[in-house]
Amino acid sequence: MSFPWARHYEPKAPLMRYLDEKLPLPRLVYNAVGGGYPVPRNLNYMWNFGVLAGFCLVLQIVTGVILAMHYAANAGVAFDSIEHIMRDVNWGWLIRYAHANGAAFFFAVIYLHIFRGFFYGSYKAPREMVWLLGVVIFLLLMATGFMGYVLPWGQMSFWGAKVITGLFGAIPLVGEPIQIWLLGGFAPDNAALNRFFSLHYLLPFVIAGVVILHIWALHIPGSSNPTGVEVKSESDTVPFHPYYTAKDGFGLGVFLILYFLVVFFLPNSLGHPDNYIPANPLSTPALIVPEWYFWPFYAILRAFTTDFILPAKLWGVLAMFASILVWFFLPWLDKSPVRSGHYRPLFRKFFYILVVDVLVLGYCGGSHAEEPYLMISQLATAYYFLHFLVILPIVSMIERPEPLPFSITEAVLGEDKQAALGESGQPAVSGSAN
Amino acid sequence: MATTTGTAEPAAPTDGEGVRRRDFIEIAAVSAAGVGALATLVPLISQMAPSKDVLAESTTEVDLSAIEPGQAIKTMFRKQPLFVRNLTQKEIAEADAVPLSELRDPQTLQERTKEGHENWLITMGVCTHLGCVPLGAGEGEIRGEFGGYFCPCHGSAYDTAARIRKGPAPKNLEVPQYEFTSDTKILVG
Repeated sequence: MSFPWARHYEPKAPLMRYLDEKLPLPRLVYNAVGGGYPVPRNLNYMWNFGVLAGFCLVLQIVTGVILAMHYAANAGVAFDSIEHIMRDVNWGWLIRYAHANGAAFFFAVIYLHIFRGFFYGSYKAPREMVWLLGVVIFLLLMATGFMGYVLPWGQMSFWGAKVITGLFGAIPLVGEPIQIWLLGGFAPDNAALNRFFSLHYLLPFVIAGVVILHIWALHIPGSSNPTGVEVKSESDTVPFHPYYTAKDGFGLGVFLILYFLVVFFLPNSLGHPDNYIPANPLSTPALIVPEWYFWPFYAILRAFTTDFILPAKLWGVLAMFASILVWFFLPWLDKSPVRSGHYRPLFRKFFYILVVDVLVLGYCGGSHAEEPYLMISQLATAYYFLHFLVILPIVSMIERPEPLPFSITEAVLGEDKQAALGESGQPAVSGSAN
Repeated sequence: MATTTGTAEPAAPTDGEGVRRRDFIEIAAVSAAGVGALATLVPLISQMAPSKDVLAESTTEVDLSAIEPGQAIKTMFRKQPLFVRNLTQKEIAEADAVPLSELRDPQTLQERTKEGHENWLITMGVCTHLGCVPLGAGEGEIRGEFGGYFCPCHGSAYDTAARIRKGPAPKNLEVPQYEFTSDTKILVG
């Protein structure tokens, strides 16, 4: 599960030795995120986002469990119970703002984590399973985020529930019965609110389970790195602790500063004012859009406006789901043996175009469904699929990558530092070799 | 540590007195994180304390004008039963006749009532044993062998001043904080 030079856990205190014999939990931690996990020495700050995502999950579970102590999942009182949390519960405002903005920051962190993977080819063998599990986590996260947004039972909650369950109504023949089954009624009401609450509480723990698999799968080949060159010797790695606990700790500090700036000073800036109006089944808000983190997918959904063999509504739904499902095939669509975008000049250009494309989709998804945004979304949607299905396979065939460094150590120290590898290629054992 | 540090640091002072710059940064950073984590516990813990709407209901006004001597009412204070009893002269005399040395929780009736209103016995209707509601306040309920209240759960008997006299309860029925806002009104809490 790890490199042969990984340090071994050797408890010294008698209590720890006893524990190691009966329940080797400290050993597990040591080997997973301690001195026993060798990590490439050249990770940059883009590698902080996995730990940050894990932190966000814990943050959301802690604040969410607390909110559930005060929230009432009943269509008659749900909205009032949110106001009760905001006004009556001690520190309730802080916990609710921390949870609502925590979701936004969770998605921001996840998107950076995903695009890190896109750029550095983290999805490639031998880490395909890590990537596939990551896509599963993302899908679960989207479902959890959506259902959580319904719980305050304001106008945006209600109409969000109506629109998103309406997606399933696009399925031919069985669509409408499925939508009615999902809602437990003909429109969102108490039945829907209760099941959304139940699942919103359940799914984060399912996510936590898949996260464990994600990390487990990662620790078999070990972390990737910015060069994309695999670890060759001990001099390519440093122990996770203290090197990356410190680096991740610094990243966490920066993250918390930004996060609490929003929680304390701009707590409603990422939300919609309409959600402070109680749910009204007789009136749809003027601009019905999801939270910002769903905008790119919402733009893809709305990009299909004319029937072509299938109804436009069905195309939109299929395209929206396909835009994420295509990630499952990414390890086999990008055939280039070079992982990192650092050494792939052509891929790099298309990567940045994709980033711009997704930002454009996001902007259109947050705007009114009218021209020119519809046409722009259509073009951007077409390009999005073109990128994954056509451009990536072709680029990986015709591209001539730049020369790769011999090893991570060479990439860090330069070519004339072969000495760092030690004589006859044996791993260096002490810092004095530098 | 095998590959990077060690030589990067200036040699540690040999006298063992000085604190290395890196040690200082490490201790400062971990301490700051620790203080932050402790501060985070404040909202996480105090959110479970009674919320503002619960505290807002924590005073109750009771109108005494309709309670005749010998009668009692049950009302609510902080979501718990509150007994308000208008004692007869006989009941007051009975309570005063008990020597304090016989009591498990020695208190005089005067200590349990307000000056000038010794006939108004205001107590929580919560048995000090395990929290059941004692009988005796309602019309026709058993009042136990000491003529006050009787708890049916485990047989604690209270006298006319609601003091524990027999059974497992350790304390007299609690007298909540209250004041007379007029001759016929009290504000509890």
